[in-house]
Amino acid sequence: MSSSTLFGISTMAYILAMIIYITYLAFKNYRVGIAATTLTITGFVSQTAAIVTRWTESYAQWTMLTPESTFISSIVRSAPLRNLFESLVFFIWCLMLGYLIMEFKYKNRSFGAFVTPIAGLALAFIDISGMSKEIEPLVPALQSNWLLVHVMMSFIAYSTFALSFSTGLMYLILKTDKRTESSYIFWTVMSGIFIVVLFAMGLDYLSFRLAIKTPETLIKSYLFKASFLNESMAISILSLLIALTFIFLVWRYGHILKKIVGSFSITAETLDEITYKSIAIGFPLFTLGGLIFGAIWADQAWGVYWSWDPKETWSLITWFVYAFFLHSRLLRGWRGKKVAIVAVIGFIAVIFTYLGVNLLLSGLHAYGSLE
Amino acid sequence: MEENKNQTIIDKVWSFFSSLTLAVVLIALIALTSIVGTIIEQNVAPEKNLKLLAKFFGASNAPAFYKIFDSLGFMDMYHSWWFSGLLLFFAANLIICSLDRLPRIWKLVKETIKPLTEEQFKNLGKKELVLKGKPDKVKETVGTAIKHAGFKFLEAKEATGYQFYSEKGNYTRLGVYITHLSILLILGGAIIGTIFGFKGYLNIPEGRTYSVAFAPSDFLSREEEAEMEAIIEKLQATEGNAPEAARQFGVDEKTLRTKMKRYGIWPLGFSIRCDNFLADFYKGSNMPKEYRSWLTIIKDNKEVLKKSIVVNDPLTYNDVTFYQSSFGMVPNAHGEFIFKITPKSGVPETRQMHLDDKFIIPGTDIQGTLKDFSPALSFDANNRPFTFAEQMNNPAVFLEFSEKGKIKYSGWIMKRYSQTWGLPDGHTVEFSDYWGVEYTGLQVRKDPGVWIVYLGCIVMAVGLYVIFFMNHKKIWVRLLEEKNNTRIIVALTANKNRSALETKVDKMMALLSKSDGGGKQ
Repeated sequence: MSSSTLFGISTMAYILAMIIYITYLAFKNYRVGIAATTLTITGFVSQTAAIVTRWTESYAQWTMLTPESTFISSIVRSAPLRNLFESLVFFIWCLMLGYLIMEFKYKNRSFGAFVTPIAGLALAFIDISGMSKEIEPLVPALQSNWLLVHVMMSFIAYSTFALSFSTGLMYLILKTDKRTESSYIFWTVMSGIFIVVLFAMGLDYLSFRLAIKTPETLIKSYLFKASFLNESMAISILSLLIALTFIFLVWRYGHILKKIVGSFSITAETLDEITYKSIAIGFPLFTLGGLIFGAIWADQAWGVYWSWDPKETWSLITWFVYAFFLHSRLLRGWRGKKVAIVAVIGFIAVIFTYLGVNLLLSGLHAYGSLE
Repeated sequence: MEENKNQTIIDKVWSFFSSLTLAVVLIALIALTSIVGTIIEQNVAPEKNLKLLAKFFGASNAPAFYKIFDSLGFMDMYHSWWFSGLLLFFAANLIICSLDRLPRIWKLVKETIKPLTEEQFKNLGKKELVLKGKPDKVKETVGTAIKHAGFKFLEAKEATGYQFYSEKGNYTRLGVYITHLSILLILGGAIIGTIFGFKGYLNIPEGRTYSVAFAPSDFLSREEEAEMEAIIEKLQATEGNAPEAARQFGVDEKTLRTKMKRYGIWPLGFSIRCDNFLADFYKGSNMPKEYRSWLTIIKDNKEVLKKSIVVNDPLTYNDVTFYQSSFGMVPNAHGEFIFKITPKSGVPETRQMHLDDKFIIPGTDIQGTLKDFSPALSFDANNRPFTFAEQMNNPAVFLEFSEKGKIKYSGWIMKRYSQTWGLPDGHTVEFSDYWGVEYTGLQVRKDPGVWIVYLGCIVMAVGLYVIFFMNHKKIWVRLLEEKNNTRIIVALTANKNRSALETKVDKMMALLSKSDGGGKQ
């Protein structure tokens, strides 16, 4: 089977699993839970096969284009971690692996409903943004052994941060009662905005599907053009009103989610522990693989280990957020809601470091460049 | 009185810098201003950021906002005085914060473990087990089990038995300090690099030699420009030897160095020549595969080092490193076309020529003429040739061959495609290179601080390992006589990851009860 068929299978499996996990959350039927886990494992296995297949496909291409390359260096150079598509796939793979480990370790399926949507969204983003899935040989700048370690470690860290985001959010849902409470407002408004943005991007996709060639054009030319930034004033005001109403409704009825999460055997302490443990694994990995190895590579390739480019700067901001999480927890003894909020913010910084810098900032800076 | 007052001021400054609040405020400020710096593009032509600001504030307000941001240094904010100030404050905060907490932590590190009292045993929560035989009899077994679990222990005699106690990893409490120190090392290395290092560029056309590198400098007047040229010329003539150049100018070295700094000229102290540059593409495509420069270092008129560099594989000589960073065509350059001509049955011969030159294929009467050149040849739908890029993406020459004044054949020969080199009657004309028209763009750097930065990185990795994967653990094991048997009571503490220690102790207990032939819990 080709890698794209296998990717197709895994995408289907993950998206179905996501739906079933959410159903499971609502009905708590044991057999539904088993089905969700089975589907997740199926998705994971076929995704693993897909990555391996893609690796062999790009190995074949690489050895054809550079016959002089040695066996080991061909394997390293053809590792499928070279562009946005491949890195997203690897991120999803790490995330699902991390999730499955957690499900078996804590014998609890309820966070499946909070983790699989991240994977589902990433998969949907791959498809709607029209990013290139071509296997392309490495450009000179990427021909370094650091690529493999740097990207791999960064994405393992990103996926642990994604896990801590899910458990942090669940913690907030479980532990907040009053609508006036700031942590309640934080999670409801955040989730509201998150869903609104996704929905608006979905609308952009549906309206401009034919014109969208790359993720850059989607973000640069069409972002929110179908809703908030529509040419027609009426539509843009209407969508703003709908968005605000929606966020209000999430805030008004957010406690329903609390009832659902609360009905599970999972305790807030376990969630707090998982949030901390994920970050305790992710932070050193991110520091070493993302920042330090990234700096060493930059030094070797460009002669500057740190140049304050947007990617580096945003990585540093992300690092600061998680350093703050660890200090407030270990030094100040912060537990619970406060640190959960920091964990959620941390992952927002991760998303921006990863996608925002590539798409949004490059979109802002794109005019006048040679395209 | 006077001294007392001073004391309080120092105290105030100390507590200001040692506060966590300051750390949070500084980190937040660094993060927020950095965000602005990622949105406003740094060190670019004003038009770019004017356009950007117009998106946010409208075209008419953009110039006013540009002025405000510019005067605040946001157009090069990471090098502005206030951003450096924030980083310095952050470093001071880190130092004083750490020093402030050090005595307390040091006490915890140095404090030796003592046997626990009955009361403390109760408070710490415990695991129990009864072994057959009196404490004196099981003492050894228990001791071995503790050693097996990786603890060296001390023992104390008690009224009805013994107490073994042990601790491990007290120094791991310093992990935080190791990490903080690493940040300071990195910042220190960066400062050393900025003060004593050099970062610039050097574009060398194929075949040319340079003894200086350049850093972008401010706008210069015509007189200054002339002076700059003179300095460059002198440095070029002296292999980048600044003292010698100063002597020849008749000024002292310091004056010359100040001028060089002003003009962004940096003497290498040796010369570097670009022998060749090649932008290679993946077979059959226009995707770049490799940018390679063949460089030679010349010192005292002798070639001392030759190396070809690619992106990710630079050349270092005398602590100066040259990185492959860009390339391009030298404007109005006339290079040499290099061919390897192999007659049908004969030995290859290398020829260098220029446009419109003629040559004879050895051993024949066939005369070739070099009629035309394209750096990037392609053919359109009607098979008409055209040039698709200014760079040498697909260099090609048009050759016309004639015999005894009559044109035999003509056509394009492409450097990248060997199938175009063969002529109809079996001779081969290989287009090896069009040399002397490209330049290689090198990033030049000398950074004496980089090793301190690397050291900082290693120290940080060690520190993080200690923080996240090691802990300070203590265990106390009590052996109490109980009707000819021995009750074993274990208490334990760990400053983090307690559960791992508990698992270890549980294993130890299980081992003990097994060796006893199944004791009761």
